[in-house]
Formats: sequence, C-alpha cells, structure tokens
Amino acid sequence: MEAGEANKSRSAELIEGIRSSSWQSRIAVALVAVLVVLLVMQAAQDPGQFVDQLLIGLTNGAILALVALGYTLVYGIIELINFAHGDNFMIGSFVGLTVLSGTFAGLSLFGAITDDSGTFLKVIGVVLALFVAMAACGLINVGIERVAYKPLRNSPRLAVLITAIGMSFILQNVGLIWKGPAQVPFPQLISDDRVFGPGSILFRWNDLFVVGVTVPLLIALTYFIQRTKQGKAMRAVAQDKEAASMMGINVNLTISITFLLGGILAGASGVMYGLFNGITVFNVGFTQGLYAFTAAVLGGIGNLSGAVVGGLLIGTIGAMSDQYIGTRWTAIVIFAVLILVLVFRPRGLLGDRSAVQGGGE
Amino acid sequence: MRRRFGCFVKDRGTDREWAGTGQDKGGSVGRMRSLGSLVVMGIAAALLTVGCGGSSGGGGGGGEAETVKVVSDLPLQGANRAQSTTMVNAIRMAIEERNGKAGGVNISYESLDDATAQAGSWDPSKCAENAQSVAQDEEVVGWIGPFNSGCAAVEIPILNEAGLGMISPANTYIGLTKPSPDKTEPEKYYPTGERNYARVIVADDEQGQAGALLMQDEGVKTVYILDDRETYGQGLADQVEKSAKELGIEVVGRQGIDGSASNYRSLMSRVAQANPDAVYFGGIIDNNAGQLVKDKVGAGMPNDDVLFIGPDGIFVNTFLSQGGDAAEGAYITFGGLPESKLTPAGKEFVKKYEQTHDDQVQPYTAYAYEAANVMLDAIAKAAKESGGAPDREAVLKQILATNNYHGVLGTWSFDDDGDTSLTELSVQKVENGKFVYQRTIDAGDM
Repeated sequence: MEAGEANKSRSAELIEGIRSSSWQSRIAVALVAVLVVLLVMQAAQDPGQFVDQLLIGLTNGAILALVALGYTLVYGIIELINFAHGDNFMIGSFVGLTVLSGTFAGLSLFGAITDDSGTFLKVIGVVLALFVAMAACGLINVGIERVAYKPLRNSPRLAVLITAIGMSFILQNVGLIWKGPAQVPFPQLISDDRVFGPGSILFRWNDLFVVGVTVPLLIALTYFIQRTKQGKAMRAVAQDKEAASMMGINVNLTISITFLLGGILAGASGVMYGLFNGITVFNVGFTQGLYAFTAAVLGGIGNLSGAVVGGLLIGTIGAMSDQYIGTRWTAIVIFAVLILVLVFRPRGLLGDRSAVQGGGE
Repeated sequence: MRRRFGCFVKDRGTDREWAGTGQDKGGSVGRMRSLGSLVVMGIAAALLTVGCGGSSGGGGGGGEAETVKVVSDLPLQGANRAQSTTMVNAIRMAIEERNGKAGGVNISYESLDDATAQAGSWDPSKCAENAQSVAQDEEVVGWIGPFNSGCAAVEIPILNEAGLGMISPANTYIGLTKPSPDKTEPEKYYPTGERNYARVIVADDEQGQAGALLMQDEGVKTVYILDDRETYGQGLADQVEKSAKELGIEVVGRQGIDGSASNYRSLMSRVAQANPDAVYFGGIIDNNAGQLVKDKVGAGMPNDDVLFIGPDGIFVNTFLSQGGDAAEGAYITFGGLPESKLTPAGKEFVKKYEQTHDDQVQPYTAYAYEAANVMLDAIAKAAKESGGAPDREAVLKQILATNNYHGVLGTWSFDDDGDTSLTELSVQKVENGKFVYQRTIDAGDM
C-alpha cells in the first residue's frame, strides 16, 4: 500500500515537474533522449563492441564510485566537501605500493611481491595491501578531522572548505616527497586474461577483482548504516546534531567514525586503482578526485546510492564517448551531461537528500 | 577541463611549494590548530611571490670584471625531471669548463623551473611568469631552453619583445621557426619581426618523415595516430599523418588523449577494432605514455604485431619503468643521435659527465651542453666586439650568426630560420628493458 502511494505521488510529482519545467530543461531531456537513442542504434549494429565498452566503463566507474562514496558520506554528515579525500585516495595507492615492495623507511620487512611471485604470495600481497591501506587511510582521515576540521566546526563553512583544500595540498606534498613527481608503476599481480577464456567477452580477472572488492564494501557499508546502532547514530547526527547529542549520542565519536569509513573506502579504492591500472602518481587524487566529486554531485551529493549511480554513469559515459564520439571530447561530454542533468534536476539524479539522513528512500 | 581549472590549479601549485617547506619543518609546526591561518599565510606568500617575481635580480659578484647572466628554463618537476636535471648539470659543466668566464666577462647562471608540481609537467602560466621576470632583468643576456614546444610558444613572443636571444636544446615543434599548417606561424611568435630564437635539434617535419619512413621499412600499411593535445604532440602527429599519407600508408584513425585519464582501455579497444599495423603516439612522457602503451598491449595488440612508435618526447628512462613489459619492442624516433652515436667530442663529453656526476646521461643532455656552449661562445664574441659586458642585441646577433660550429653534435650552422643544419635522426627500439639504437635516418636524403 505504502509503496503504491509513494509511486503514485512520485509520478504525480514527475508530471508536475514536467509541467513546471522551463524550456531549457525540456531541451536538455530531449537531448539526452536523442543521445540514448543514438547509442542504442550503435549498440544494435555491433553488440560485442558495445558490451566490451560497457564493461570497461562500468569497471572504471566502480572505482570512481568508491571514491565518490567518501565525498558523499562526509557531506551527508557535516555538509563539508572534504577535498582532502581525493588525496587520501592517492596516499592509499602509495601505501599499497609500499606494502607490496616490502620495504618501509629503509627497513626491508619482507621480499618484494612482484609479477613473478607465486599465486599464494600474490593473494596474500593484495589482501595485505588492501587492509594496510584501508587502516592507514582510515586513521589519516580521522586525524585530519581531529586536527583540521573539528576546531572549525562552528566557524563559517568557507573556513572549513579552505582548510580542506589546505589538507589536500599537504597530502599531495607528502605524496610528492614520498614517491617523487613521476608516475610510479604497480606490479601486475592480477592477470589481464579474460575470465571466460580467450575470445569471450572482455571481462578480465582484473575486472573481477574490482567487482569483488567494490560490491562487498558497498554491502558492508549499507549494512553498517542501516542496521547497526552506530549507523543509526550517524543518521541521527546527520539530521540534527544538537538533538542527537541531547539523546545521548556522542556526536564527536560519530563524526570520527564517518571519517574513518570514508578513509577506509579511500584506502581500498587507492590500492584497487593502482593494481587495476598499473600506474599511480602523486596528483592522481586531484584528477580522479575531480571526477569522483562530479560523480557524487551527479547522483546527488549526500546520497549514497547516488554516488554509486553517478560513478558508474560517468565511467560508462566516458567509455561510450571514447568509442562513439572521440577521446578528444570525453571530458567535455561528461561535464555536458552533468550540466544537462543539473539543469533538469538541480539536486542530482537521485536527489541530495542524504542516504544517511533518510535511508536513500 | 584542465584549462577550465587553470587558475585554481596555479594557485594550488604555488601554495604547494610553500606547503612543501612547511612539511620539512613539520616537527616545529606542532600546533595543528593554526593550520587554517597557515593556509591563509601560504596564499598571501604566493601572492607576494607573484607580485615581486620580477625584482629578484642576480646581483652580487662584480668587483672588477663585469658580469652577465644566463638563464635556463626547463621542467624540473614531473616525469621528465631526471632528464632536465642532467641538462642543468650539463649547462653548469659548460660554464665551469670556462672557469665561469666568456670573453673575459663573468657568467652567472640561474636555472629556472617552468613546471609546477600540481600539473606534474610544464605549466603555461609558469612559462609566461619566468619569461616576464627575466625580460625585466637587464643583466640577463641569454636564455637556454625551454624543453617543451608549448612552453616555447608562450615564451618566444615575450622574450622577442625584450630582445633576448634564446637557444632551445629540445623544442622540435615545426611552427616555432618554419611555416606550418597554421598559416599564422611562425610570424605570430615574433611580434617585433626580428628573430630571437634558434634550436640545436632537428625539427618535427623531419621527425615526422622519419616516423613514416620507419613504418614503411617495417611494412606497415595502416596506422592509428594518437596525440596528447599539446603544441608539440599534436604538431608532430600532424606531420606524421602528412608524411604517412605521402608514403601511401593509410591513417585509419586519429585521436587526442587526456594525459590525466586513469586509463585508456576504451580508447585502445576502439583502436583494436580499426585493426591497424601500427599505433603512433605524438606526445610527452608526462602525459601518461606508460599507461597508454600498457593499455595498448592489454587490449590485445602486442608490440610485435602492432608496432608502437613514439617520438623523442617519450625517449626517457621513465618510459621503460612505467611501461614495464609492455614497453618492450616499442620504437622511438629522436631528432638527433643517442649518446652512443655522438661524435668523438660528444663521447668525450658523455665520459666526462658520467665521471663527475652520479646520474646517467640522457638523450637531451648533450643537446643542453651544446646549447650552453653556443650561448657562451656568442657571449664571448660579443664581449670582444664591444670590449666589455655585451648587451642582449650583440649576443643575439652572434647566436644567429653561428656558422660551422664544431661542437659535440658535429659541425653545423644555424640557418635563416634558426634551425640546425644537422639532418641526422635516429631510431631506437626497446629491447630487454633498454633503448637500443637501431639505425640512423638522414633527413637530407628524404
């Protein structure tokens, strides 16, 4: 019953939305529709090609989505765009690289895990790199919140934003000093061979790895926010900090845990990015962070499912544009779609009502 | 997109330098609460640096002998850093060999950096800033650099109006000195109508031909051309496209890549559908060439079946470490000769360099040394003529008059366009993780 009513009011809302929409937004929708039709026509001509590109786009998008979640999670709780998140992601990939090299600060802890290591060692290496990076980035994020954001919690929002940009510089410098200015290669631990044998669809072990890390993390995150006591506390703090603290919720702890979660996601996606692409660089946090942030806005910032949808969409649009329009135009196409979506739905595709606040509807 | 955020990027870059020193003193900063105010101070400091950029004169020294100043402008951050550092060392070496004097005049030298850490590569606004501050510094009579052609396109007009002579060891974009498909080149770089720029490396019309000839020799029938959308990369790719068509090689596609993309899998999947015999990449190492070659091989196009050909812009050891196994078998063209094929004088230089420095000579090191020596000889001649510290005009005249120069690259002259009379280009191939010299192509025969 309730669901039916919700649908009804939703469609009524939609019709109302179309009626009250401006000409610009109608044109925008028409444009999107034309694009989709063109895409479908292309796909019908050569389905294999289309599926290949779709898979490439979705895996690229999955990594973006994981980074975007970190932006949106923090925004949902304290309405701060944590610019340092992208750079934390970069630190995550560097931590992973360091773990795999087996050497830290001149101390050789164990032999480097390289392309030639045995399967068992590779699996251990990947798992270890993921967990160490997740732990490190989680702690870094909590530390950043404590020293840089917490003292400013009651100051104007711009002050915190600038501080976030400042933290971003600092992390980038750490990365620059740590691994130098050039792109650094990752060992290839996960095979590039196709899962279903040569000649089958373009789904490699590497892609499977991305899916295998992203999906459980998403499920765990959703479970944590929806089903645990601490998740309930997060949702309460997102709704009203003061009321939550009056109910006996430890607001500071809750915010710290949110940053911990964001950092864990950054660490996981950083290692995944490095293993998947084979190269990382100190300013990857800026370039990828920008797309991830865009993904969060596209889906509706503060909305967890929105970040995932936005990430997957941007990845897919990028791949489709590479295939059917031209790499030269990819960045333009992505941002043009963002503008079109925001013209019609200023709050993003799924709305900016925070998943943490309302449970993502 | 990068352009759209250009201003933002630059601010971050300058601020970073400050933040970097902050890191070094990290221990004493201690109280993190003041971070907010530190950031504000950083921005203020950055603004001050920009504002006062021009006023930092070289000064000092002096005494009896007069002093003139030479500057070099190279990207000292980003993937090309290792090579740029050897180039700065080579310039220092050239000056030290003359005991810091040219024609009785003391030479002071300053190495400028045209890269920002934020960009991880050369930055147009940094190039302009360097050129403007040097243009106002009367003491400077010579400019060695820049490395990147896009940077040269920004700097030449500024230094042209200042009348400062430039010698580039590495710019190969054709339009800087000669007519190009863009009808306004090269005139648009020289607002005064007088030339002030010369280069010791063979330009890209010849490198483009060399690339096409290489493809012909290897039996390539179809080629897919990529570029990095910079002055140099795109200009070179245009030349390759033109030469390939002339030789009857079909160009089955042309795309420009984003140097900061996470990967090029979807692009390479599209390239693979076109089924080319070779993939040409016109661009620099800073624009993710390692990732590009990895994704090319990953898309089912091993370098044995589908050749990967790149230009001097990726002729750096960094390409080998980034590309790993995927770089194996890649071909690289270079508008000059690698150190192993230099003249006896050139080999002497390489030997001396490696004895006195810890790092290895890179392809452009000898070219920087040559550019520095040409500059110093020009200053020496100008000093003799004027009987004291020469002015910019006199030095410039001597640079452009360089004729039958006996240097480490051979015996050569600058022509009317400021281009070298040398015509030899080389082809190398990556074998067992090393660049291995393959053959020399003489553009004079083409």
